[in-house]
Amino acid sequence: MAEVDQKALLQFLLRMGDNTLVLGHRVSEWCGHAPVLEEDIALANTALDLIGQTQLWLGYAAEVQGEGKDADALAFLRDAWDFRNVLLVELPNGDFGRTMMRQFLFDAWQSIMLGLLQKSNDKTVREIAAKASKEVAYHVERSSETVVGLGDGTEESHRRMQEALDYLYPYVGEMFLSDDIDTAMIDAGIAPDPAALRSEFDSLVGRVMAEATLTLPDGRFAHKGGRSGYMHTEHLGHLLTSMQWLQRAYPGAAW
Amino acid sequence: MTPPSIQQVWEWLDAVPDPEIPVISLVDLGIILEVAWADDTLIVSVTPTYSGCPATSIINLDIETALRAHGIAKLELKRQLSPAWTTDWLTKKGAAKLEKYGIAPPTPAGGPQRCPHCRGNNLEKLSQFGSTPCKAQWRCQDCLEPFDYFKCI
Repeated sequence: MAEVDQKALLQFLLRMGDNTLVLGHRVSEWCGHAPVLEEDIALANTALDLIGQTQLWLGYAAEVQGEGKDADALAFLRDAWDFRNVLLVELPNGDFGRTMMRQFLFDAWQSIMLGLLQKSNDKTVREIAAKASKEVAYHVERSSETVVGLGDGTEESHRRMQEALDYLYPYVGEMFLSDDIDTAMIDAGIAPDPAALRSEFDSLVGRVMAEATLTLPDGRFAHKGGRSGYMHTEHLGHLLTSMQWLQRAYPGAAW
Repeated sequence: MTPPSIQQVWEWLDAVPDPEIPVISLVDLGIILEVAWADDTLIVSVTPTYSGCPATSIINLDIETALRAHGIAKLELKRQLSPAWTTDWLTKKGAAKLEKYGIAPPTPAGGPQRCPHCRGNNLEKLSQFGSTPCKAQWRCQDCLEPFDYFKCI
């Protein structure tokens, strides 16, 4: 078997784990604030699944890194420039509609990605993908139904969902960009070419937006810099100050 | 002293309740994948229900406490991710106990078969997400009671 570039594998795992970590934290911010109890519970459950998946991805990342760290150390003791999540997931929640639109756009991508990762040459990647995809099937079912319900809802909810889509769509493209790390993963048979996910994503998103009576923006301009770590938005640092506060203030705290 | 048989260990584990749904055991839940001896060390392989299930660490602690109480000195708990847990592994005994407790057991159809309270089958889904990751919220339109459904995964 060909030697897998461990540095590239580590970066790939950080991208997967940072996406679920940062989105999981964002979604958890809704806990106790959602419009109705059922939605509050659903959001908390979704956040919990995402954080659970983070433990698996970052746990494996720490193992590949081989510096004796664990998932917690990677989550709580790295700085903003070390994070490899796409910009989409670090954006502030906005209103409930924007949160659900973002969730659907991410769920759509993640469900396709996890499907393909179940054919990975890497056994652990395959196992994590198989586990996570069962959870994500419930996420995408709920987020797509909510986008349809609100998009094809009242005049007010329709307007807000269209605004959410217009605001978030320029952040979608980053999920399909590729670089040297992706090339290494493709060559090793560990992960697919991100660009190859786009057509299935477009058809799923197109179907849901049509049902939601929402119009997909024409432009394909993509904000980028998150998954490469080149430049995150200013929002990530603020998120980390809240998420990492305890471990920074009391290093090694445990309960 | 001869070590306890594998069968004996399974029986002990079948007496350890699930921390969230104490009417069923960890064996009923289907999360114990394997029990084996490696020399004088007992190895128990456990798989998580949901990747973020907060009960996982309590479950490990409960297994360890129970087996230590039965005199197991050398114990190793292994987290095994694959094959991924499925509600198909819930035992029949466990499914019956769930229903008696008021939680509709999972069905291949993807929704509860009947209301665990009044046996009615005029049911509506409230949410795919419930009080724990493994449950959904449903309501019976006959007796009007809400109930938990152990959802398929």
